[in-house]
Amino acid sequence: MNARHGGLRDSAATPAFDALRWRRDFPILKQQVHGKPLVYLDNAATSQKPQSVIDAVSDYYQRYNSNVHRGVHQLSEMATAAYEGTRDKLRRFIHAASTKEIIFVRGTTEAINLVAQSYGRSRLQRGDEIILSEMEHHSNIVPWQLLREQTGVVLKIIPINEAGELEPGAYEKLFSPRTQLVAVTHISNALGTINPVKEMIKQAHQHGVPVLLDGAQAVPHLPVNVMDLDCDFYAFSSHKMFGPTGIGVLYAKEALLADMPPYQGGGEMIRTVRFSGSTWNELPHKFEAGTPDIAGAIGLGAAVDYLETIGIASIRDYELGMLEYGTQQLQSLAGVKLVGTARHKAGVLSFVMDGIHPHDIGTIVDQRGIAIRTGHHCAMPVMEHFHIPATARASLAFYNTREDIDALVQALGKVREVFR
Amino acid sequence: MDLKDLYQDVVVDHNRSPRNFRKITDATSVQEGFNPLCGDKLTVFLKLDGDRISDVSFEGSGCAISVASASLMTETLKGKSVAQAEQLFEKMHALLTVEDPQCDLESLGKLAALSGVHEYPSRVKCATLCWHTLKYALEHPETNPVSTE
Repeated sequence: MNARHGGLRDSAATPAFDALRWRRDFPILKQQVHGKPLVYLDNAATSQKPQSVIDAVSDYYQRYNSNVHRGVHQLSEMATAAYEGTRDKLRRFIHAASTKEIIFVRGTTEAINLVAQSYGRSRLQRGDEIILSEMEHHSNIVPWQLLREQTGVVLKIIPINEAGELEPGAYEKLFSPRTQLVAVTHISNALGTINPVKEMIKQAHQHGVPVLLDGAQAVPHLPVNVMDLDCDFYAFSSHKMFGPTGIGVLYAKEALLADMPPYQGGGEMIRTVRFSGSTWNELPHKFEAGTPDIAGAIGLGAAVDYLETIGIASIRDYELGMLEYGTQQLQSLAGVKLVGTARHKAGVLSFVMDGIHPHDIGTIVDQRGIAIRTGHHCAMPVMEHFHIPATARASLAFYNTREDIDALVQALGKVREVFR
Repeated sequence: MDLKDLYQDVVVDHNRSPRNFRKITDATSVQEGFNPLCGDKLTVFLKLDGDRISDVSFEGSGCAISVASASLMTETLKGKSVAQAEQLFEKMHALLTVEDPQCDLESLGKLAALSGVHEYPSRVKCATLCWHTLKYALEHPETNPVSTE
């Protein structure tokens, strides 16, 4: 088996992509866990950080730590330039029209909460409808439920089929004259499904309805072009795209942001403050109250540079090859069933084993140095759909190799052994 | 750490064929335990005859550790008094959560098979879920209609 796939690796499947070269940039991946070389397959939960990102964060703290947009002194100007420089890198990276459309937030979760509380609360009324899907992460369900409690909006859910794809035809039927927003995931974290978001946005716009995409699993793995998608809101997190934790981005069309009230109040987001009332700063600062995660933003900028060096399109190609290999390998194991077999998928391999709970799988493979996620993946409605309490999930990044998947497959043999 | 410390033969056996995995229709207390982190869910059925546990059983789904722990628990508790059950709860809690529990493993009988769990911090809750549910059932002698379907 290994020899055959070894031959493939060297020739047809992924000729140009040298995963091992990129892997060397990640100091954390050089360690041993439980005496075995670390095999990190939990990238959908969080990705590892290359040395350049770690260095960018530490360089900020060592050389030019200071607040942004405040001082006239040298350090503050350096920090402001680096912070705003990241904003521009992100604008280019996702092809936004203007840096006014790039709002720094804590992560995807905060980005969606911002839209729910600012856009949703100011515009939606009792009986208005929001379309979500059954495969959403809790972070794209609960903010809308909070909004429902506050305003009385109605949530409509696009069902999924047995492959873990949105039920064809179901989406269009959910639109009504009361539909005000569609909020769906670009890629499912639990199933790996890539949704046909461009067509979905087109459909929604025909009804005059704006669309929010949860892009947390998409931005690190395939080219995202918000202008081409024509999405109205796009949310993603730094830590899943090889940047630091604690920072993320809300992209939104400028015209929408201009009309939205602030999400949080404080410093930075104001123009003038008087006790009789205050006025707001211009975009994007209107939505960035308080001192932001400056170090995080600078680290995220380094992550974008790094991804551009590799090339996001070649990352997608490579990961697709890995996904095919992993799918093949897991499907060849007796008693292993993949959960999420959509035609268009990202590198997520969610699976269950006959008679063995995912938690036991997770603990046993961990003893072999293999990090996977087990549980409901913050997508309890997905688990409910498939009538399972949890899955084991191996999720790929460009630094993973076929050897990583082989190690997992071998470890799953050990799992069987323990329960024989 | 050896996986055998966690998945001892007794644990594997009780996971494969859990004892007292059934409903008790005339239970005096029925309580549901839920671990939202992992989705483990189990229902403990308790039948008290005065001060004595005349029958105890469970149903639900979970990992090998949680199923084996519940199975071993029900097997051990049958015929014990409420005070004895409470003592056992304290002992098990120490065994599962304390680094060096200083408890007499022999007095725990088969339950000692769970002694390796404390070395796996993320799995401690799997093993304690049934015991917390039992304690709640002892303290709340009522059947909770929600949890019995």
